[in-house]
Amino acid sequence: MIQRVAIWLSYLGALLLLPLFFDSVLAISIFNQMAIAIVFALSYNMLLGQGGMLSFGHAVYFGLGGFLAVHALVMIEFETVYFSVVLIPLVGGLIGLLAAVFIGSFSTHKAGTVFAMISLGIGELIAASSLIFVGFFGGEAGVSGDRTYGPPFFGIEFLRDVEVYYLAAFWVFLATLFMYLFTQTPAGRMANAVRDNPERAEFIGYSARRVRYISFCAAGFFAGVAGGLFALNYEFITEENLNAATSGRVLLMAYIGGLGYFIGPIIGAVILTLMNSLLSNFTDLWMLYLGILFVLTVLFLPRGFAGFIMMHQVAWIRGKLTTLAIPYLLTGIPAGVFAAAVIAMVEMSHSESDAFNFLGLSLDPGGALSWLLMLVLASASLFATRSSLPQLRAAWEGANSLPGDETE
Amino acid sequence: MTLLSLRQVHKNFGETAIIRGVDLNIEAGERHAIIGPNGAGKSTLFHLISGLHHVSSGEIRFKGEEIQDKPPYEISRLGMARSFQVTNIFARLNVFENIRCALLWPEGLRYSFWHLLGRQDPLNEKTLAVLEQIGLADKMHYPAGELAYAQQRALELGIAIASGAEMILLDEPVAGMSHSEAEQAVDLIRRVTQDKTLIMVEHDMNIVFEVADRISVLVYGEIIASDTPAAIRANPKVQEAYLGEVVSGA
Repeated sequence: MIQRVAIWLSYLGALLLLPLFFDSVLAISIFNQMAIAIVFALSYNMLLGQGGMLSFGHAVYFGLGGFLAVHALVMIEFETVYFSVVLIPLVGGLIGLLAAVFIGSFSTHKAGTVFAMISLGIGELIAASSLIFVGFFGGEAGVSGDRTYGPPFFGIEFLRDVEVYYLAAFWVFLATLFMYLFTQTPAGRMANAVRDNPERAEFIGYSARRVRYISFCAAGFFAGVAGGLFALNYEFITEENLNAATSGRVLLMAYIGGLGYFIGPIIGAVILTLMNSLLSNFTDLWMLYLGILFVLTVLFLPRGFAGFIMMHQVAWIRGKLTTLAIPYLLTGIPAGVFAAAVIAMVEMSHSESDAFNFLGLSLDPGGALSWLLMLVLASASLFATRSSLPQLRAAWEGANSLPGDETE
Repeated sequence: MTLLSLRQVHKNFGETAIIRGVDLNIEAGERHAIIGPNGAGKSTLFHLISGLHHVSSGEIRFKGEEIQDKPPYEISRLGMARSFQVTNIFARLNVFENIRCALLWPEGLRYSFWHLLGRQDPLNEKTLAVLEQIGLADKMHYPAGELAYAQQRALELGIAIASGAEMILLDEPVAGMSHSEAEQAVDLIRRVTQDKTLIMVEHDMNIVFEVADRISVLVYGEIIASDTPAAIRANPKVQEAYLGEVVSGA
């Protein structure tokens, strides 16, 4: 219990202190994106990780919440309604909930392929409608508003990004807390039970459909909150924010982070936001690298980054975590070199200019020397990585075993 | 008092008639075994009673209420619980959560998303009591999917009895167990189903004669006899259809 409170307090502390250590415009804008992504990815995990519902259309609830939130900003601006923009995420949430109440009433009948296909269909339907109903969705340009026209909230008018950050941090903390608490309720726990075995759940008194429906509505609500945060942060929203690409991205976040753990989607949201906003400054191919990261995660870390971290629990408890440091380096360094060499070759084949600088090396796509160097480097480091695997495996087994103990 | 009654129950899958006019009354407190050769429709009969499948025609009443058209969860809420022939647990939840989930509805928590499970003291105490009863208290933090087979069977039984349902349906509770495991399981079944009404499908005749106080013999979708163990043993029709070869073979 004390441990849990400590974790939550450090989460809150991190949210509050981050802008003090990284106060550049870029950093704050990345933090705001992260905040949005965290809520969105956690809401997605209520479906897939907790409830066993694979959705290809979760952006619908994010986007609808976002669109209505922007419209609410406009209404505040024109004084049709009068409330503080602080409450905008709640507007988004209610719209997400409303959409989920309606769509979930028929889509949660079954999990598995049926659910996945319906989610895909609804996603396409809404995305297509957004280009047809121009009055509401604004066509390809989208709709925009202005968060600064509302009545000031204790003197704050949200002119600066950092003010938006603290508002977002407040909502992120609240949303994370409530999504966590949901997992600790009968409805949340039965969502896990229905995910594992819907048939048996029906024989202990629960309609699997109703259990899914409740999770689905909750997920829609929090996706809408994330959409509302998006609206507040960017002050505009377009069709892109409710189409399949956005739905796909939230799936990647939750999966790469780790579906089986509450914290997984948070990790995934942070990683993807960083890749999206930092990596894209260095290379146009960042989507390719994201795809490779996803494939590698599916192949080698099926339980995501959170699962990878949790794998070390046993070694940690037995005080043997440090014995893994050297073996990790022995494998990690050549693996890193291999990755760098492969990336260098990918960039060379993509580059249109003459020579470019890569990690301090000057590479010339037209010159045989650069190619030869990278090829040799890649083969050598791949060989070194493979040769280092047995020692890693041995170290891993050593760190996890205890003489005479076989149960864990 | 008759707790469960079946009247002219038929079940067809397409052209094939699996259950062909079953009449059966189960009295409160009875321990009833259903036996019969493979393919006789024993499991199908269980699925009809518990709501997994629905009858093609006929009527099933539980506590006087018609249940033949109800979904499983409504029948479960009336106080009927069942176990499955193939282990049917919540594999990724731990053992404790498996039992606690089975207690949620009977404890009145329903679909609540405003109660925190950690604060439900009576619920958690009852969960621990059931775990003690089925001998899995020391395994309660293990993911259910990682238990040994006999332990999974015990958990399977635990999920069925946790709710405190008056009527319990057990579908081959000792299938696939070694002799000593089966003996322990029978002990467990006896203990946890005391004062309850029990219907059991079982292949092992020793166990059937040990546990049941009434036996129905199902052959090709029809009940050809329903009587005390002694009378069933002596019944020539039963011996011819099924029992003789098994008894002489055993």
